[in-house]
Amino acid sequence: MHRLIAYCWRVLLLAMMLAAPLARADLTVDIVGGGSSRYPLTILPMQNEEWLPEAVTQTVKSDLAMTGLFGLLEPPGGTVLPASPQAFDPAPWQQNGSRAVLYGKVTKLEGGLLRLTFWAETVNPREQKLAAEFDVHSSQLRDVAHRIADMVYEALLGSKSLFASRIAFVVQKGKESRLQVADVDGRRAQTVLRSAEPIISPAWSPDGSRLAYVSFENKKPVIYVQDLATGQRRLLANFKGSNSAPTWSPDGRKLAIVLTLSGNSQVYIINADGTGLSRFSYSDAIDTEPVFSPDGRQIAFVSDRSGGPQIYIQALDGSKTVRRVTFQGVYNVSPAFSPDGRQLAYVRREGGRFKVMLQDLATGDARMISNSAFDESPSFAPNGKMVLYASDEGGRSVLYAASTQHPGRVKLGVLEGQVQDAAWGPFNP
Amino acid sequence: MKVLPFVVAAAAVLLSACASTSNPADTANAGNTAIVSGNSGSTTGSAGSSSLNPAQPLPQVDAAGAEAAAYAGVNGKSVFFDFDQFAIKDEYKSVVEAHAAYLGKYKGHVLVQGNTDVRGSREYNLALGQRRAESVKQSLEVLGVKPEQVEAVSFGMEKPRATGTADSDHAQNRRADFAYQ
Repeated sequence: MHRLIAYCWRVLLLAMMLAAPLARADLTVDIVGGGSSRYPLTILPMQNEEWLPEAVTQTVKSDLAMTGLFGLLEPPGGTVLPASPQAFDPAPWQQNGSRAVLYGKVTKLEGGLLRLTFWAETVNPREQKLAAEFDVHSSQLRDVAHRIADMVYEALLGSKSLFASRIAFVVQKGKESRLQVADVDGRRAQTVLRSAEPIISPAWSPDGSRLAYVSFENKKPVIYVQDLATGQRRLLANFKGSNSAPTWSPDGRKLAIVLTLSGNSQVYIINADGTGLSRFSYSDAIDTEPVFSPDGRQIAFVSDRSGGPQIYIQALDGSKTVRRVTFQGVYNVSPAFSPDGRQLAYVRREGGRFKVMLQDLATGDARMISNSAFDESPSFAPNGKMVLYASDEGGRSVLYAASTQHPGRVKLGVLEGQVQDAAWGPFNP
Repeated sequence: MKVLPFVVAAAAVLLSACASTSNPADTANAGNTAIVSGNSGSTTGSAGSSSLNPAQPLPQVDAAGAEAAAYAGVNGKSVFFDFDQFAIKDEYKSVVEAHAAYLGKYKGHVLVQGNTDVRGSREYNLALGQRRAESVKQSLEVLGVKPEQVEAVSFGMEKPRATGTADSDHAQNRRADFAYQ
């Protein structure tokens, strides 16, 4: 089957508006762990790629490696780079174990524009899976690279990719906390809030335009909502006691938050404009870390009503039906629903170590997907195929992304600072 | 094999239109970082729409009077807790009593700030710190302090007094502080 993909830059504009390189804190992608059933792929440099100020195919490689779903093969030295399907010879790639090859070329156009043309073909049998062309300015190359990675992912694997989204996290540098937003690989990080006091629990609005978070700037935790495009922010909740743990309903109209008006931490629902507060959970214990299910009908939260902290799911229909969903271990916290609502990621403490677990909600089966001692704040990629979390590495907090399908993790290593409280955003509008 | 022709969707004309659309966004980006300073609660940058209620940095202490001496007697005195506990140990009851006496006599307002050691979920720790602060608040009220004089809040694991990983460091962080306003 031939696939023809036409592409307009217009759809990328919103992403680019917010992803302009303001404050760079480059992160590196390290692959740790392995998997045996990855898609074997060779990515050739584009012909004339040396004309580009930035190595596009390196970013495509780094992106696809990060997913844990591709096994990238290195072409031998001296490989002649094909610049068209007519010039492409599948034979050597059949022999090196590749299932597909990505190749292409760069052409200079009038007015400083660059034309990037590329193809992805399977080699046995030979079949064109992707052919596309971008006419771009050199400032747009990183967006093009992420877009190519998405196109290759989707053409070869047949499912939705994840690079058209962003991540949020908090960086602590000395006494300063910075709330940052970055590309999925951690690059092009932008600071959206700087504070001399801690910032925790960033939560993306479902349309990706706003972040809710908890700030300690007023000597107590209060919840703000900040618009990312304008930087405008406003108080969402500043009730007596502590205000924390905001997350959005799937329609973006409400947030679940935690307040202490009753003398203990309980879950409340509030409209996104700060009106219409109502109590959701009723216990004399701690109820916290609420998250809406993707269908908006339930909330998962942590409660120590049975002794230690465990995860419960309660319906929003007013029936107040509550069921406990974690039974292994004495400490299960920080739940996150997968986008399809079938899985729950959370953190379990076991033998003094904190691990990210992935649990099938239908069967209750859970498996560990992180492997450090202090892993925290898991969140799903919008396609459900990866989980982002923060981890301790020799006293420094760093971000990892783990595949939900294969064993293996990727480290997004920042150069400095403590990187914590990661939150994977929705697909860019 | 056959190759279909390309559709070059991103024509230069469209591109330039796109580029001019995106320029204002680049400019706007320079101003989309909000900056807050913790002590004053003030906000600068383009995030000036927030209606903050600035916390008073220090109580108005009557330097000439007994209040100053009384304040000096309670200022900085914290209550420390055992691991996973929120009960006030006997050795810290005198601390709570001293704060209760000060609040009873001088009718001030105090934030009781609960803290935890640096292990586990940030939000669950925030709730555990809240439980410690509420425990102190209840003790103050039993000793006659009016509920409106006390607000129990939590810093969770976010503001450790000791940053080491020894048991003694963790013990330093399992505490409730009193911040007079």
